[in-house]
Amino acid sequence: MSWEFFLVTLITIGVAFGGLMGTIAYLILVERRLAAFIQDRYGPNRVGWAGLLQPIADGAKFLLKEDVIPGYVNKTLYILGPSIAVFTAMAGFAIVPFGPVDQAPSWMRFVIAPDVNIGMIYIFCVGSLGVYGVILGGWASNNKYSSLGSMRASAQVVSYEIPLGMSIIGVVLMTSSLSLNDILMHQANQGVLGWNVWTQPLALLIFFVSALAETNRLPFDLSECEQELVGGFHTEYSSMKFALYFLGEYAHIITVCFLTAILFFGGWQFPLIAEADSAYLGATLVKVVVLLTKVLMIILLIMFIRWTIPRFRFDQLMNLAWLGLIPMAAMNILVVMTAKQFDWPIWTLPLGSLAIFVAAGLIGTSGKFIVSDQTVDFSESPEGYVHVHS
Amino acid sequence: MAEELTPISNDDVVWMEEPEMGFWESTFLPAIFSGLKNSLRHVTDFKPVTQQYPEEKPDLPLNYRGVHRLNRDDKGRVKCVACMMCSTACPARCIDIVAEEAPKDDPLWADRDKRPKSFVIDELKCIYCGMCEEACPVDSIELTHIYDLTGLTRQEMKFNKEKLLEVFDQTKDNPRDPIRTHRGILGPASDFTSLPQVGPATQIPQGDKASEPVSTDVIKQG
Repeated sequence: MSWEFFLVTLITIGVAFGGLMGTIAYLILVERRLAAFIQDRYGPNRVGWAGLLQPIADGAKFLLKEDVIPGYVNKTLYILGPSIAVFTAMAGFAIVPFGPVDQAPSWMRFVIAPDVNIGMIYIFCVGSLGVYGVILGGWASNNKYSSLGSMRASAQVVSYEIPLGMSIIGVVLMTSSLSLNDILMHQANQGVLGWNVWTQPLALLIFFVSALAETNRLPFDLSECEQELVGGFHTEYSSMKFALYFLGEYAHIITVCFLTAILFFGGWQFPLIAEADSAYLGATLVKVVVLLTKVLMIILLIMFIRWTIPRFRFDQLMNLAWLGLIPMAAMNILVVMTAKQFDWPIWTLPLGSLAIFVAAGLIGTSGKFIVSDQTVDFSESPEGYVHVHS
Repeated sequence: MAEELTPISNDDVVWMEEPEMGFWESTFLPAIFSGLKNSLRHVTDFKPVTQQYPEEKPDLPLNYRGVHRLNRDDKGRVKCVACMMCSTACPARCIDIVAEEAPKDDPLWADRDKRPKSFVIDELKCIYCGMCEEACPVDSIELTHIYDLTGLTRQEMKFNKEKLLEVFDQTKDNPRDPIRTHRGILGPASDFTSLPQVGPATQIPQGDKASEPVSTDVIKQG
């Protein structure tokens, strides 16, 4: 460890942290404007041109507002909650490569912690620690809505951790590596057809759905649904502590979008302009831009999903994980393992995904007949749905 | 059992069951994609319904009820005759009138008997129901289209006679707040010599006195 290494690490951390913070601030503006457009409104457009200074105004407001700590809270845990939420989100980002790692300039790297060859495990460990922030905050608030919200969050994260991890196993088996950069390079070396999205579409679907649930985004934001829980786990939080929770949540979303882009969409690889062996002047910059564009697209998709799909009910949420995603993820692992063991050609994998998906759909459809085999006489049940004819 | 619970006959009750979900419906994907398409359409084909308020003023309906005004007659005097009808009709009790005799020796007031000495409306107490407007026999008090009323103190929001006349001077040329009547021209209600016979709106049992036509004696002839 020379002092150059130390300096380069500091610069990388500075760039990543500053970039992340700025991006989060402006993502919130983008989300608010997009939400407004979808709902036929303008959104915040007063502060600066087209509302571009709104994040700065919001930040100043959060910093200057009175920081209320209610008298009945457990003060240690109350302060620890948002700290853990933001810390784990930032720590998770440490091993995410945000550019072509091999072609980085000498004064900075494109990943904060290089050569972490258990990258996937690290991300899942640290990422699921984030729920501690939510649980501690909800518990320490000494408020029934907060604790209800955090209980929901814990049940949800525990459930969705499993399909999230299982969906990745197929990708990891294909690459024989847990390192994010190795997975990226494996896809980049094969060109656009080598992206995991073509070989593992089902894994992408499961990963994306579970990731939405992991980050407490709609349609899975049951831990903070306003209609039932006032504000959810952050009901009692104000000013900067509330902002820290928000920051953590958005950092988590960005991490997840980077993961989706790197694991399934070939990272910085793009046909013609950013191939693995393209070494023209500025190729590094183009690759960074390609990766960031992909990430931005996924973030926009998540925002669109937020304003499109209504929130799940809690039993539906649990059913989706335990009866839908986990069996499908297990079958997907089986298919990938079989294909790898017997050296089946690559095109069998998407067919296998499709077959699992169709089978799950058919079971979901025909399962109804099995459950409702015995005829229920509705006229005997006063709770039945009554429709009155005029 | 169902008979005991429902107050309607069993023939009128239709028992519904959830429709069966097909293959595509149970995968949710078509619904999600059509929903996303719908969301995207709102962004690409952006037609906002928002009014940018300080720059764009709202197009209020003609019967909008805003701040009060006290009308002037043709000679510029306050039309109000201090009859107290508005303050009696006011459900919020926000109108305070002190009456005085009109000065008979002043040629301007020679044809008037009574006028308000002070006329104060508490704009904060007012619920803007328009009852005062309805009650006024000389169409003196009226509600205007002014809606952006602000003030820094409660005292400031108590409008006295001068202030209310000033509101009239400001709004009389606005086509939305026209001067509706002029002195000497009475409204159509004054032409009635007998009330029209009003039929009952609903079925009324026989012998109900309220259903009988109003006697013409109520209105004084001539």
